[in-house]
Amino acid sequence: MIRFDNVSKRYPNGHQALFGISLHIRQGEMVFVTGHSGAGKSTLLRMIPLLERPTTGQVLVNGINLNRLPRRRIPQLRRRVGMIFQDYRLLHDRSVFDNVALPLIIRGVPPQEVGRRVRAALDKVGLLDKEAVEPITLSGGEQQRVGIARAVVSRPPILVADEPTGNLDPELSWEIMQLFRDFQQVGVTVVIASHDLELIRRMRQRVIVLERGRLLDDVPAGST
Amino acid sequence: MSESVSRRSPGRLRRSVNAFASSHGRALLGSLGRLWRTPLNTLLTIAVLGVALALPTAFLLLLSNLQGVTAGWRTDARLSIYLEPGTSPERYPALLARFEQDPQVAAVSLITPEQGLEEFRQLAGMEDALALLDANPLPAVILVWPAAGLEPQAYEALAARAQQLPGVEQVQLDREWIQRLAIMVELAQRVTLVIAVMLGVAVVLIVGNTIRLGIENRREEVTIVKLLGGTDAFIRRPFLYEGCWYGLGGGLLALLMVSVALLLLRGPAAMLAVSYGSSLRLAGLDWQGAGLLLASSVLLGLVGSWLAVGRHLREIEPR
Repeated sequence: MIRFDNVSKRYPNGHQALFGISLHIRQGEMVFVTGHSGAGKSTLLRMIPLLERPTTGQVLVNGINLNRLPRRRIPQLRRRVGMIFQDYRLLHDRSVFDNVALPLIIRGVPPQEVGRRVRAALDKVGLLDKEAVEPITLSGGEQQRVGIARAVVSRPPILVADEPTGNLDPELSWEIMQLFRDFQQVGVTVVIASHDLELIRRMRQRVIVLERGRLLDDVPAGST
Repeated sequence: MSESVSRRSPGRLRRSVNAFASSHGRALLGSLGRLWRTPLNTLLTIAVLGVALALPTAFLLLLSNLQGVTAGWRTDARLSIYLEPGTSPERYPALLARFEQDPQVAAVSLITPEQGLEEFRQLAGMEDALALLDANPLPAVILVWPAAGLEPQAYEALAARAQQLPGVEQVQLDREWIQRLAIMVELAQRVTLVIAVMLGVAVVLIVGNTIRLGIENRREEVTIVKLLGGTDAFIRRPFLYEGCWYGLGGGLLALLMVSVALLLLRGPAAMLAVSYGSSLRLAGLDWQGAGLLLASSVLLGLVGSWLAVGRHLREIEPR
């Protein structure tokens, strides 16, 4: 589903974020990417929806070489990759419903279907009663669940989450992880960057460990 | 990707058309709603646009009114034929007949010295001056109106023929100043065109700058929509409609301003016309003119927003 072939990334300021990373994430896999801050977790994740391009090497998503993806096709790629951020990135001048509906509106889904699917997504994350409120009035955990509802409402085959529980307490983090597991169990490929080792251990999934831009370890699922 | 393969089926097409229409409707109303929520900014921008659009419209209107007037004068371009002083009144009919029979002449009229004197007398302040004269110094005058659409050469030939007639002292062509007027009107036309182009550019720049600020204010939203897979067209659309709304608002305001200005000028203009013995009425914009004004305002708004959008949306890349 996602393949990194000898991927290196050097930023214009000279900082080398990744050194020759090669790895393969299969469809329906749930993968944690961990490492210290600055290890290159975010850079790795951001290459999947083409928020970042490798300096050398190539990234393939669903068999498509992203190096050869023309600019006008990038929206199509991003529609297939649901993204979740540590800072949620919600629109604060719009209701929860409108935030979650945005990916469907971008795709031109008919209005009646939008309502149905947004409510299904909000129901899944347990925020059905909050659809009319503004995100700013919600707690951090609730905002992150809005972010997750927005990422999954268009049923993308891939979910990419960059430190999704970075601002949440352990109990809320565990709940969020259970949500990701639910999506994985219906066949979604889930890639999560996290430095919460305790949480990762409890999840018993495949763990990719980065250190200063190099692949340090790749631990298969169920081995911890 | 796999989506593009199945896109050709008819159901898919209808869905695409519906999605297209609903997306446009959303952008159209959404952009209007956004303008509505910041009424002060919107009104200020529209006021500036209205003034910029009203000025060339008013000039053009003034010009077309002026042209209407001078067109009337042009057909009035008559010859004044002054007879030698002391020409016997018995000779008038023969002279008049010469002109009446000319196919290039539309109408002929005679002003006898007595009638001329009477006209003078009616002008205020002339009474005393005339009292000083022993005899009537005025010659008889034959006024000749050439046939409509007479060529300038034929007009001059007519004047030359009149000059040859016995008893004619002088022929005066009321033409030179009309030519000068025509040149001045043409000059005014050019000036108006230049002003219209400059103010049109101003409208484009004003809308462009307003849209640029709008994009700047909504940077986060644009970023998120790009992250979620919004196409350039999808992101561009509400801004383009916003530009159209600004153009339409400015055009409507310009229409209003020009109409009010016309209403204020109509009274004095009518009085001026009466003093010249004319029943001229100041003409406003007809439906066609109003439609043209609104259409060009919307177009200028669209061009302005297109320029801003093209330049600035590309700069915003999600991070």
